[in-house]
Amino acid sequence: MVPMLRFTLRQVGQRLVLLVVISILSFAMVHLAPGEPSLVDPSNPRLKQEDVARIRAAFHLDEPLHIQYGYWVRDLATGRLVSFKDGQPVVGKIWERFLNSLPLFLTGTVITWLLAFPVGIQAAVARGSAFDRATTFAAFAMISIPGFFLAYLLILWTVTHLQVSVVGMRTFGFEGVSAWYRGNDRLWHLVVPSVMSAFAGIAVLSRYVRSQMVEVLAQDYVRTARAKGLPEVVVTYGHALRNALLPFITMFGLMLPALIGGSVIFETIFAWPGMGRLGYDAILARDFPVVLTINFFAAGLTLAGTLVSDLLYAVADPRIRLD
Amino acid sequence: MTPATPSSGAAPGPWRAAWCAFRRDRLALGAAGVLLLLVVTAIAGKALTEGWAVLDPATVRLADRLRPPFAAASTTLPVAARPPLGLYLLGTDDLGRDVFARMVQGASVSLSVGFIAVGISLVIGIGLGAIAGYYGHVRLLGVSVDSLIMRLVEVMLCFPTFFLLLAAVALLPPSIYTIMAIIGATSWMGTARFVRAELLSLRERDFVLAARCLGLPEWRLIFRHLVPNGLAPVFVAATLGVADAILTESALSFLGFGVPPPAATWGNILADGRSFLFDAPWLTYLPGLAIFVVVLAFNLAGEGLREATNPRLRG
Repeated sequence: MVPMLRFTLRQVGQRLVLLVVISILSFAMVHLAPGEPSLVDPSNPRLKQEDVARIRAAFHLDEPLHIQYGYWVRDLATGRLVSFKDGQPVVGKIWERFLNSLPLFLTGTVITWLLAFPVGIQAAVARGSAFDRATTFAAFAMISIPGFFLAYLLILWTVTHLQVSVVGMRTFGFEGVSAWYRGNDRLWHLVVPSVMSAFAGIAVLSRYVRSQMVEVLAQDYVRTARAKGLPEVVVTYGHALRNALLPFITMFGLMLPALIGGSVIFETIFAWPGMGRLGYDAILARDFPVVLTINFFAAGLTLAGTLVSDLLYAVADPRIRLD
Repeated sequence: MTPATPSSGAAPGPWRAAWCAFRRDRLALGAAGVLLLLVVTAIAGKALTEGWAVLDPATVRLADRLRPPFAAASTTLPVAARPPLGLYLLGTDDLGRDVFARMVQGASVSLSVGFIAVGISLVIGIGLGAIAGYYGHVRLLGVSVDSLIMRLVEVMLCFPTFFLLLAAVALLPPSIYTIMAIIGATSWMGTARFVRAELLSLRERDFVLAARCLGLPEWRLIFRHLVPNGLAPVFVAATLGVADAILTESALSFLGFGVPPPAATWGNILADGRSFLFDAPWLTYLPGLAIFVVVLAFNLAGEGLREATNPRLRG
């Protein structure tokens, strides 16, 4: 138990250092880049020189960078960090958007894993068959099509052929209708963007499942299992699949950043008020506290994801040394 | 030990064997053919759109707005403004610009964004990977160079890439070079890891010892002998990287941060065209399909290369 504890502590410690480095780097990058919040609207005649000075003073923009960084850390830790744009607390804003992004991400993930695993396993079992070749080609087609282009076609098709609206989180003006219609409406608005964001993931994951399964199916213990007369279903799912599953533990960690980065485009197209959109708008408005905090949050999520997957890996695979 | 040129009668070298395997893969060969055609189109297109006035992609013809593909140009146009043969092969956009000329120009822009971005990422990735793999044990301020570089890779991997890209593109002055540099600077991490892992195992081989005994300078040992031996997976990653860079550029253009006008890229033809989806669907479908076909070709060719260069996957 002691080596496990030491391993855990060292992993956590390393990641905390990384997190601090990331926050300093992103702070420097955002503040050193040209353009600042007081210059976003230079043509506004009501914005006078003294207003600019007042804004700069209020947001500590005149202080040296390391002092500004100190202010940012202090305000973030005490929850007093406010947005440049509207003075709302940043953490509250991000949390609200995070709760919006979460269902989209979860539905997308469930769709991805539910589809990718059966397809990948089947392709590996029937290696070289027409099914294998067709799904391989389909996977390449799916990662090659520009997501925003496909999303446009999909919106058009659902509107013209299925007569449902899928943009936004709900249809405007559906407040008075029965719960059944409202629920249906919410479901449509959730599922279509989720399918779009799952699209590339299905292709990548199913290819990965296939190559893992192909490798495991060639192992000696699979041949042994067959030789002792076990049914093919037991060999595939009981012996091969369980061993092929191990690397997928790490996939959990690596999928978390997609919660923010990968969703910008689809949240923009589907007008979904999630975290990616918040970050996109904040970048446009030079709303530094929001940009930095989202980035910090994303890096924290990624590190937490890799931590969980490293720990699970150490628990699941006895071959991993803990020192 | 240079990688190719087998002496007569000996077993074929690794690159020749890879080429033989690649040639048997019909899908990959077809994809490579498409790419060759694309490169020719891009180069010829670059020359024609710049040197031949009738194919100038920037010519505005307000009389011929939103003409469908194969529409004839109106006869009221001055001769210099008429498209070749008097036909708009792929129609016109909302300013009456010839979509064929813009697509051809976009081919060279999209391709150069892809190649230069990947070139930048290769230079950073191979450089850092080689340093980490070969000089990794050297200690600077108590930390080994290897762990320093690998921590940097981890830091870069922790940023949500597209978000980072968007922040950089929005904050820096817009230009095609910024886009190339930023896509390159955010995509080198995989290459660095490959090269480091390859060098860690290659540096212990006998041929390295032999080369060192001959008194070769270290840089020559690294870049002439070690790196070329570990290059096959990098080459594959680079092919797939060009596909990614083209997709990323088009996604950035779509959000309004791509290559600034008047330069045409497939991404911004598509982005501008979507406002006319019902009146002029070709403005959306043509660039969308073009991006799809080219990215697919890069991906299939890259996969073919992966299988051809990996002896374990060769049947």
